[in-house]
Amino acid sequence: MISLDSKVPSGSVPEKWTNFKKKQLLINPANKRKYTVIVVGTGLAGASASASLAELGYNVQTFCFHDSPRRAHSIAAQGGINAAKNYRNDGDSVWRLFYDTIKGGDFRAREANVHRLAEVSVNIIDQCVAQGVPFAREYGGLLDTRSFGGAQLQRTFYCRGQTGQQLLLGAYQALARQIAYGNVKMFPRTEMLDLVVVDGRAKGIVVRNLVTGQVSSHAADAVVLATGGYGNVYYLSTNAIGCNVTATYRAYKRGAAFANPCYTQIHPTCIPVSGDHQSKLTLMSESLRNDGRVWVPKNRADINKHPSEIPETDRDYYLERKYPSFGNLAPRDISSRAAKEACDDGRGVGPGGRGVYLDFGTAIGRLGKAKIAERYGNLFDMYQRITGENGYERPMRIYPAIHYTMGGLWVNYELMSNVPGLFVIGEANFSDHGANRLGASALMQGLADGYFVLPYTLTHWLADQKPGTLPTNHTEFLKAEAETTERLKKLLNAKGKKTAAEYHRESGKILWEKVGMARTKASCEEAIAQLRQLQLEFHHNLAVTGTGEGLNTALERANRVWDFLEFGQLLARDALDREESCGGHFREEHQYPDGEAKRDDERYSHVAAWTYNGPDATPTRNVEQLTWDAVKPSVRSYK
Amino acid sequence: MKFTLHIWRQPGPEARGQMMTYRIDGITGDMSFLEMIDVLNERLIKDGIEPVAFDHDCREGICGSCSMMINGLAHGPERGATTCQLHMRSFRDGDEIYIEPWRAKAFPVLRDLVVDRSAFDRIVQSGGYVNVNTGGAPDGNSLPIPKADADKAMDAAQCIGCGACAAACPNASAMLFVAAKVGHLGSMPQGQAEQSARVRTMIATHDREGFGHCTNIGECEAACPKEISTEFIAGLNRDYIASAVKSAVKGEARGGF
Ligand SMILES: Cc1cc2nc3c(=O)[nH]c(=O)nc-3n(C[C@H](O)[C@H](O)[C@H](O)COP(=O)(O)OP(=O)(O)OC[C@H]3O[C@@H](n4cnc5c(N)ncnc54)[C@H](O)[C@@H]3O)c2cc1C
Ligand code: FES
Repeated sequence: MISLDSKVPSGSVPEKWTNFKKKQLLINPANKRKYTVIVVGTGLAGASASASLAELGYNVQTFCFHDSPRRAHSIAAQGGINAAKNYRNDGDSVWRLFYDTIKGGDFRAREANVHRLAEVSVNIIDQCVAQGVPFAREYGGLLDTRSFGGAQLQRTFYCRGQTGQQLLLGAYQALARQIAYGNVKMFPRTEMLDLVVVDGRAKGIVVRNLVTGQVSSHAADAVVLATGGYGNVYYLSTNAIGCNVTATYRAYKRGAAFANPCYTQIHPTCIPVSGDHQSKLTLMSESLRNDGRVWVPKNRADINKHPSEIPETDRDYYLERKYPSFGNLAPRDISSRAAKEACDDGRGVGPGGRGVYLDFGTAIGRLGKAKIAERYGNLFDMYQRITGENGYERPMRIYPAIHYTMGGLWVNYELMSNVPGLFVIGEANFSDHGANRLGASALMQGLADGYFVLPYTLTHWLADQKPGTLPTNHTEFLKAEAETTERLKKLLNAKGKKTAAEYHRESGKILWEKVGMARTKASCEEAIAQLRQLQLEFHHNLAVTGTGEGLNTALERANRVWDFLEFGQLLARDALDREESCGGHFREEHQYPDGEAKRDDERYSHVAAWTYNGPDATPTRNVEQLTWDAVKPSVRSYK
Repeated sequence: MKFTLHIWRQPGPEARGQMMTYRIDGITGDMSFLEMIDVLNERLIKDGIEPVAFDHDCREGICGSCSMMINGLAHGPERGATTCQLHMRSFRDGDEIYIEPWRAKAFPVLRDLVVDRSAFDRIVQSGGYVNVNTGGAPDGNSLPIPKADADKAMDAAQCIGCGACAAACPNASAMLFVAAKVGHLGSMPQGQAEQSARVRTMIATHDREGFGHCTNIGECEAACPKEISTEFIAGLNRDYIASAVKSAVKGEARGGF
């Protein structure tokens, strides 16, 4: 077991961030230039961190596997970003956003981190406005907001249905400005394949240039991972195709603890699966639940009828029925499970009976079609393009899909992992969302980490370190490079019959069925055994074409799938060992008679952070106990 | 459905490329165009042939990665859609489909259908931002912005930077891309202070990167998956003239027209 010191500052929860800043060590501007910081990833977290650190004067090197930093997966976020601005005078406050996020996470997040997140949320909006992010406005010219799942307030700021795009472009432009000034050196189409650890400290990374195939190393005083989530371990998800676990998983293999991998979020409003060829699932923004009502037929006999033929009295608006105070805005995990229940009960609609209706009839009657089109027009268009159906005329069909991963590398309050010098921000870390994330809070966390937390905490840590990077011909660098090259060679030499995509599809299906929306002891054990089997087969039956020199998409894919196969086992193991239900983790053995999740605070009010012990050894489950100073965990009720 | 695909294959940046023909069947109308290529690539790998390389990521029309000329049209026949949003139901069973990379001097081919679009990043680096550092921003509501202006900014800001405008333009001009960024920032007070300098530096970089001149043909708007209007180019021209006049009067013109 390792010790996981959260380094939470002293004081009451609302005072902690202020207390940290009071005591934070500083580095004078002239000296900052002597420190090199590597940032891997250019999503909201990585782009905002790179720009902000470069503005402070650090020498920043930033990497992404995309052809341009602007294409990171953050670009796809639709719905919005939360902030405790209370512009609507509807009772919002930092405290309330903090409480909602802690409760939304089913009391499995660290209080101090979440409070800080709520505090800086207000600065994010100001910063983005100053950058020229075109937020939605009211007629008076002030910022507009709307409500989102899991909240009874309107605290979500948005840019039509493209909030992630606009926030990312804001951060990307700030990054572009620093690249132009020569403060950031940008390496696009460059994939990090290993972390270099020297004497227990993160000292650099090994990368592969995806165009030339060249493997090389980069040294730094600190390494920041902002590489996003691992939802694609399930193969089908709402994530972009390129999202993968490689950077964080390789860091795990080098000693970083991986926290709560079993906390995965399933989003209730996605377009249902239509066939085997499908490469990804498409999310319909949750904001649709503001005006859309979710229902299934009351009677199984009605599932194949045209929805307009089913009278009101024969419709089961099950979210409104079961959760009257939150209704269609119940949190994601709860809404997803309710949809699964309805479909398991034989009342699902559409192909395979895996779908529920999202109906805008009432809202169109109340507000008119034009108003609905103004709010969600692009989402209705997207739905029609994919399904060929018109959502204004016929209720949309939706079904849950994997969407977000709360788990990630363990970090302390300062966002540093247990490997000194390795910082982790954004979706890649585990820190703020506990066992379930509320809508519109991932964008908030990514930008909070990058703009307003890391610039302080990283400076604080660096102030205690002598500047100066190691030469990249240091033995540890050469060793890591050689291992990477060896691994790629192994993949290229595989002359089997199955493609990496086939392995990915197969392993994803195992996880979705056994460690998806509902899990049991037996299903988790089966998943581990089956993934292990698949991993063994992968090594002698994989087909990869081409060479290591030059752009080789088959090789890139195989390399990522290899990590997914191993990481999937860790995820299932974590799900197996967490003998309770909380947030996105639902163990069928642990539920109340009415089917609600049964948390076990006595035994599981902790973070499980796994450390690697070698290829064939069982990893160690380390524990960080959660403390409750500001709030008292309660049964999470949305009734 | 069955198709005959003619695809540009080019092993590397310096290598010679050529069209190769592949026949494919078992395609259904609800597959996206990229899923159709996935099917082909799976088969190629199994036959020991390298898959067709192409850029893609979000597969929902927002990241701007995917980029193909399909039967001579940037992103194919569907208006207002990227390649990843194009579905095979838009084609007839038995069609021959020609698939090529973006063709523009400023977008060199790296492999098959993958091109280097870093020129766009350099255009943004030359002024496509508001000069503010992190921290110290005033309250978001201290600067009311008329809804019409914010909406106009958003119309322009939707650009996904895919490069279809330049690929579709007979002159390989990327003026719609430049105009979208300039139009976004210039429609809001935050961006207005630097608008004059921005227009000049971004256009200068655009030209230096090897994109052609805009002669108002309008192919770009037709190809743009976000249907960004060429009216933003008209606005750009107005700003450019104003900026050039201003700098000439002040005697600080560098290069002029
Ligand atoms: C469809 C969709 C809609 C969403 N809508 C919302 C919303 O409305 N509100 C909200 O709050 N959240 C939303 N989310 C969640 C949110 O978008 C993400 O959690 C968030 O954007 C993640 O940001 P990030 O910066 O941590 O990582 P990402 O944006 O995923 O960026 C990861 C970066 O790391 C790079 N990278 C990864 N691995 C490597 C490697 N090995 N080497 C080099 N580079 C690497 C990538 O190139 C990329 O630049 C949504 C998510 C999805 C899927
Ligand atoms: S893959 Fe993102 S726009 Fe097509």
